[in-house]
Amino acid sequence: MTDDVARKIIAIIAEQAMLEPHEVARDASPADLGLDSLGLVEIVFAIEEAFNISVPFNANEPSASDFDISSVDKIIAAVRRLIAEQA
Amino acid sequence: MRRVAITGLGVISALGANRAQHFAALREGRCGVGEIDILDVERLSVTIGAAVKNFRAEDHFTRSELALYDRTTQFALLAAREAVENAGLEIDAALGLRAGVAMGTALTGMETIDANYRAVFQEGKNRVHPFVVPRLMTNAGASHISMAHGLKGPGWTVTTACSSSNHAIGQAFQMIRGGGADVMLAGGAEAPLVFGVIKAWEGLRVLSRDGCRPFCATRNGLVQGEGAAVLVLEEFERARARGARIWGEIVGFGMTADATDIVQPNADGAARAIRAALADAQVAPEDVGYINAHGTATAANDRTECAAIRMAFGAAADGVSVSSTKSMHGHCIGGAGAIEMAAVLLALDEGVIAPTIGYTTPDPDCDLNITPNTARERRVDVALSNSFAFGGLNAVLAVRRV
Repeated sequence: MTDDVARKIIAIIAEQAMLEPHEVARDASPADLGLDSLGLVEIVFAIEEAFNISVPFNANEPSASDFDISSVDKIIAAVRRLIAEQA
Repeated sequence: MRRVAITGLGVISALGANRAQHFAALREGRCGVGEIDILDVERLSVTIGAAVKNFRAEDHFTRSELALYDRTTQFALLAAREAVENAGLEIDAALGLRAGVAMGTALTGMETIDANYRAVFQEGKNRVHPFVVPRLMTNAGASHISMAHGLKGPGWTVTTACSSSNHAIGQAFQMIRGGGADVMLAGGAEAPLVFGVIKAWEGLRVLSRDGCRPFCATRNGLVQGEGAAVLVLEEFERARARGARIWGEIVGFGMTADATDIVQPNADGAARAIRAALADAQVAPEDVGYINAHGTATAANDRTECAAIRMAFGAAADGVSVSSTKSMHGHCIGGAGAIEMAAVLLALDEGVIAPTIGYTTPDPDCDLNITPNTARERRVDVALSNSFAFGGLNAVLAVRRV
C-alpha cells in the first residue's frame, strides 16, 4: 500500500541514501541501500519529526529494539503501528 | 634534538577566506570588524564582531558532512586543507602513521549548542538531531582533520581559553622535537559569534561596542572574532630533504601559569612565559625583531602585557616591534594564537610588521613600539607570539627565519 505515510518514509530514506524515491525497493534492507548506522539514526530522527512520534530504537542494539528496521516495508509497518498507538 | 619547520599555513578569518587574502589585509591594515548578523542580535547590547564574510558552508561541504560539522569544524577543516596544499605534502599510509593533529579550541561547537538549546528550551521541542553530540564536541575539529588527511599518529585538542592554539602548536612542536611524530597539523579554530556566547561575554563587561584598539588610551574592550588557522609542522631535515618551502622554524615554547586570578592577568606569569620561550630557543631579547602581542584591548591585558615585555626584555623592549593584529581580525579566542601566527610568518618571510590599527592616543602604560595603524618594513630574524588566557595560562612561541 503506497499512501502518504509510505511516501513520506520512502522520501526520508531516499534522501538519506542519496537515491531517488523510485530507486528505494520495498524489500530492501538499510544495508542494501548503502545506509550505515549513522544514516539509520538520522532516518529515525526524521521519521519522528515527520510523524510526531517517538521511535523506540537503540543504535547499540538495533535488532533488539521494538522497531523492525530489517526492510523498507518493515519500517513502514512499524511506523504505522506507532502512529496508531501514539495517536 | 630534532628541529621543527613550518612548511604550510592555512587561514580563514574576518580578513579573508584564505591565506593570501588574510595576508593582504594584514599588509594593508584593513579592519574585519563590523556589525554582526545573527539570530536575536536585537537582544544584544554588543552587536559588533569580526565575522568571516560571505561564508557559505554548502559551497565547501556536502549536506551529510554538514550534519556533522559545526561552524568551528568547518573553519578547522578549511584551514587544514589549505595548509596541507600549501606544504605540498603527500600523506601516504607510511607517513600517516607518523603524522598527527593538535588543535586549540576554547569553547566548543557553540553554533550547535545555541541552536539546540533554542530548540528544546525556547521552542519547547522534545527531540534534537541525533548528531548533536558529535557535532558539538570540542575535539570534533581535530578528529575530522585526522580523517580528512589520514593522520593516524597523535591527535588531540587543547582547551586553555585564549591561549588554546598556542598551547596546541607548542605541544605539537614538542611532539616532533621529541620524536613522537614527524609531521603535525597544529592550530586552532573558534566560532563564538552566536547569541548565547555574546550574551555571556556581555555579562563580563569586557566587550567593546565600537572597536578593538589595543594599546590605545581610548581602548574599551575586546571584539570577538571567528575563524581558524592550521600550520603544517614538519621535522626539519625531512622538510629540507623533500625541498619544501620553509616558512620558519619553531625554536622555542614557554608555558606558565599565573596561579593568581581567574580573570585578572599577571605580569609575572606572562614575563616568565616569555623568558621560558627565549630560553628554550636559546635566543637573547636583542635578537627578537617582532612580538605578536596578545593585545586584546582590555584595559588590564594591554597594560599587564607591556609590563611583562619590559620585565622579560629589559632595555631590549625599546627595540622590538610589537603589534596586536586582533585590531583587524578580532579576538578569535581558542583560534587566536594560530591565526596570529600568520602575522609572525609575514614578518619573518616578507619583513612586514602587520600594524595595530585603530590607534589614536598614546597610553603611558603601553609605551612600546606598537606599530600604529600602518604596516612597517623590518627584517626580522626571530619573532615571538604571545597568548595569555583567562585563568592565567600563558603560552609563548618563538619562531626563527630560515
